[in-house]
Amino acid sequence: MKFTLSWLKEHLDTAADVGAVVEAMTMAGLEVEHVEDPGAKLAAFTVAKIVEAVQHPNADKLRVCQVDTKDGRLEIVCGAPNARAGLTTIYAPIGAYVPGSGVTLEARPVRGVVSNGMLCSARELEVAEESDGIVELSDDLPVGASAVEAFGLEAVIDFEVTPNRPDWLGVRGIARDLAAAGLGTLKPDPVAPVNGAFPCPIEIKVDGDACPVFGGRLIRGVRNGPSPAWLQQRLASVGLRPINALVDITNLISYDRCRPLHVYDARKLTGGVIEARLGRAGETVEALDGETYEATPDVCVIADGSGAIGLGGVMGGESTKVLEDTVDVFVECAWFEPIRTAQTGRSLGILSDAQYRFARGVDPQSVGPGLDHATQLILDLCGGEPSEVRVAGHPPAPPAAIAFDRDYVKKLSGLDVGAARIDEILTRLGFAIDGHSVTPPSWRRDVEGKADLVEEVARIEGFDSLPVEPLPEIARPVGGVLTLRQRRMRDARRLMAARGYAEAVTWSFMRRAWAELFGGGQAQLVLTNPIASDLDTMRPTALGNLIEAAARNARKGFADAALFEVGPNFRGDAPEDQWTAVTALLAPHPPKSWAKTASDPLFELKGDLLALLEELGAPTLQVVQGQNAAWWHAGRSARLQLGPKVVVAEFGELHPRILKALDADGPMLAFELNLDAIPEPKRKGIKTKPALSLSAFMPLRRDFAFVVPDATPAGDLVRPIQGADKALIADVRVFDVYEGPGVPDGMKSVAVEVLVQPREKTLTDGEIEGLSSRIVAAAEKATGAKLRS
Amino acid sequence: MTDYSELARALDERIAAATDLAALEAIRVEALGKSGSISELLKSLGRMSPDERREQGPLINGLRDGVAAHIARRKAALEAAELDAKLAAEQVDLSLPPPPARRGRVHPTMQVLDEMIAVFADLGFSLAEGPDIEDDFHNFTALNFPPKHPAREMHDTFWLPENERGERKLLRTHTSPVQIRTMQRLNEKLPGWIANGPPQNNGQPPIRVIVPGRTYRSDSDATHTPMFHQMEGLVIDRAIHMGHLKWTLDQFIARYFETPLVETRFRPHHFPFTEPSAEMDVKCERSGAEIKIGQGNDWLEIVGCGMVHPNVLRNCGLDPDVWQGFAFGFGIDRLGMLKYGVPDLRDMFSSDVRWLEHYGFSAFQAPNGSTGLS
Repeated sequence: MKFTLSWLKEHLDTAADVGAVVEAMTMAGLEVEHVEDPGAKLAAFTVAKIVEAVQHPNADKLRVCQVDTKDGRLEIVCGAPNARAGLTTIYAPIGAYVPGSGVTLEARPVRGVVSNGMLCSARELEVAEESDGIVELSDDLPVGASAVEAFGLEAVIDFEVTPNRPDWLGVRGIARDLAAAGLGTLKPDPVAPVNGAFPCPIEIKVDGDACPVFGGRLIRGVRNGPSPAWLQQRLASVGLRPINALVDITNLISYDRCRPLHVYDARKLTGGVIEARLGRAGETVEALDGETYEATPDVCVIADGSGAIGLGGVMGGESTKVLEDTVDVFVECAWFEPIRTAQTGRSLGILSDAQYRFARGVDPQSVGPGLDHATQLILDLCGGEPSEVRVAGHPPAPPAAIAFDRDYVKKLSGLDVGAARIDEILTRLGFAIDGHSVTPPSWRRDVEGKADLVEEVARIEGFDSLPVEPLPEIARPVGGVLTLRQRRMRDARRLMAARGYAEAVTWSFMRRAWAELFGGGQAQLVLTNPIASDLDTMRPTALGNLIEAAARNARKGFADAALFEVGPNFRGDAPEDQWTAVTALLAPHPPKSWAKTASDPLFELKGDLLALLEELGAPTLQVVQGQNAAWWHAGRSARLQLGPKVVVAEFGELHPRILKALDADGPMLAFELNLDAIPEPKRKGIKTKPALSLSAFMPLRRDFAFVVPDATPAGDLVRPIQGADKALIADVRVFDVYEGPGVPDGMKSVAVEVLVQPREKTLTDGEIEGLSSRIVAAAEKATGAKLRS
Repeated sequence: MTDYSELARALDERIAAATDLAALEAIRVEALGKSGSISELLKSLGRMSPDERREQGPLINGLRDGVAAHIARRKAALEAAELDAKLAAEQVDLSLPPPPARRGRVHPTMQVLDEMIAVFADLGFSLAEGPDIEDDFHNFTALNFPPKHPAREMHDTFWLPENERGERKLLRTHTSPVQIRTMQRLNEKLPGWIANGPPQNNGQPPIRVIVPGRTYRSDSDATHTPMFHQMEGLVIDRAIHMGHLKWTLDQFIARYFETPLVETRFRPHHFPFTEPSAEMDVKCERSGAEIKIGQGNDWLEIVGCGMVHPNVLRNCGLDPDVWQGFAFGFGIDRLGMLKYGVPDLRDMFSSDVRWLEHYGFSAFQAPNGSTGLS
């Protein structure tokens, strides 16, 4: 919404300048977007008079003028056909920047005659789109007067209105708040009832669902035409296009009072009746914007004997619009239901000034005064004879009285203002006070309770006078403030960063086709209104987004991305369907190095995953191969399970088919860890560590080589061997895998180092021998492994 | 009397001249070996008369001890020289680079999140959480957005299709629904990861929580992305008023921007779920797209806030005549952009490795109260 200072001063007696108004608005809750000062660029331009204009000696179309300016009488060359003696116009001195032509004036000869400045057209000054010759001004204007003044240009304040305050969509509403805030005095309201000379011949009917109250009257014998300059200028100053006097009057009142109106050419109405009702199947309205809209049964239409002729509260119709030749005008002043008007605007895609105001809630009590205001202006500007007012329906109930204990202001806001000051503020804002009972004015339908009254007092008193008071001390939680999940997310991200992965944050949504590749994409998780078709589905995993990110980096020349993300994935739309994953992606492009290393990057990734699990306090997990989801490489992937059912993580190489579908070059390695699947730590409270027992006896290391079938995972040997003697065996580690001569076909040799830690005494040869036999037996029993001979 | 000094001198000369361990060993064998010259002398002692032996014994033994000691010294010297020579030969080119290592990074939004948590934890706030896919009740209705109200439209909500229960879920447009979930906690069955908050947050006042999380609105330009991060704050007690809100935000802003000089401005605003509602601005200087906090003469909105609306308290089963308090909502990404000079919000979500390297943080820069935040 826009307005100018002079418009504000119609309602507010104040000496404040634009800066003070903007500051006061801001502190009263009106957010000023910006102040546009069209005069700023015209500061150098002033009024001048041409004293003499003669033909240029060397050019047919140029004139040499003697001009009286603020800099004295100057000789100026001018090409405009209307440059003539006696003309009052605008002069730009040497050095001035002419906004419309983008040049800075220099004193230089024009066809041999030096021009000491320039006479300007409206287009050059950017006060009009087009112009024919130089500006022609009233002779009353004195030489040297500023162009800003000559054109009546002034700063325009553009601000945003929060949806609770439709009364701010009229300049008078702003003036009322600024007056309450102490910026000046609200001028008395000049609207007085206008008596009708005859009964209104047009019948008005309303359907309360569509339009609770509708007032109107006929004014006959008007002379429509262009509105006077002051009105045109006022509308133009806030960006409205003047149309004709009758229409301009409705626009003026809409902006002045947040009171939208509509005028109909009464001679184009049929049936002597006007009705606000819901649309009917098949009805259409050709609106003033030239478009034809379907008047569905949830839209409020205005109808006459011929059917729908307008969209109530949204836009009038083409068939009954007033033109310059309109003689009898019917003026509508109604109250359209805010929610229905908002929905109509949305469903039809119309955003008009009237729709904007009705959707937010016009003052229901303004039907009568609005009609009188419009009548008076029409009589003043267009003449005519008004009928009596007709009103159909009833305005909604006014805001209810609120029981208000003045101490509540201090309790809720901390602001210590006396009861007298509280009542003064509320009274200035139009509230009616009767002891403990406070009744909001009809235009403040947002005020429903005592907290709203506190806001009124606090914002008018000024938020800068609110106290600053420390929060009361409270006991800090003994176990820290993070939830377990937040704690794990934090630990995970710092561990992954420490191990060389860069943290990405990717969208929670992805392309549906890709979500389907990862087991997601169910209809329940597809957005009905995605921002883009490739961001339409809640992701089942972050893998797709990370693959896409790695591929995007590769296309920019950085193919060795190591990324991770800690974030949500979705199985369904219920809260328990959301789970938190740490997802890592490694695009292994081993950098060239003088030091030759040949380890498989998959085991580097596995190392990162195991380090992460250890950091997060996960118990020992079982590696299960061959059961990963379809997006993993069948041979080079595995899961980490807790028991037979709980999958804590999947890791491995991604399936080339998936990479191809996502337009990514492989290979890529990844893991996905379900943070929520890690059991909660058992011990709570004091985190005492178990007692440490250090053995006094030397540990021994014994190596075993077992022959097992190729398909047997080497890792399967570890647990049975550990179980052979839990007291003595401290660690078991696979250190070599060999296939080739000396090992039968289809078999492999797995070398295992067993760390034996005696606790009570040094072991005898016999005891070591016995332990070795138990190890071999355990390995054989569990996997069929044979000791390699 | 026999003079051994000539023999001793000759051996000393040869020992000193030995240039390697083998030569030295040869000398040792020649002198002290089984039939070495000194060994023969020792053997000859047995053939001597007692008087002769008493005279010659100490001389020959002295000779032996002196030569043996000299050989040992020489051996040690030769061994040291040999080791030095060996080490010198093992020289590597240490101008070569170490094996390439990736540099990991923490995302700036997450770093800022940790900074914010550090400040609010110190002010006594704990963390609460809620789901990204919300229902209309928690995201709007309970927060005092009347059905069909224009304020809902301003949220540019992403919607999911109607599910089998006839419900239309949405992506939460703010973290405020967790206000409702926190205050209602006793009445609701929640999935483990949400219910699992710190033990004192069982949903009964006093409540003092922050709620970080992903939020979604259908919007995209240099300062808007369809997904972003918010941090909600909620304080409920018997006598919490706007003065406490102002103090809390002032404290946060001074500590987060790590300067006591940041000037703030508190002004009225409107949110359906707070009454009175406010926004806080910080003083800043704008030059082009760049914004500097703590200087200049411009104001920049930084947080929306207010006193929790009585209807919201009622919707959660709390009596507004007994309980009151405030709520606020920060944009986490935006605070990061302001503090660390990130020009375009969209880059936060671009996963460009060069951007992450530049704007990201080391794993070891974990914000905490003792070292300062950054």
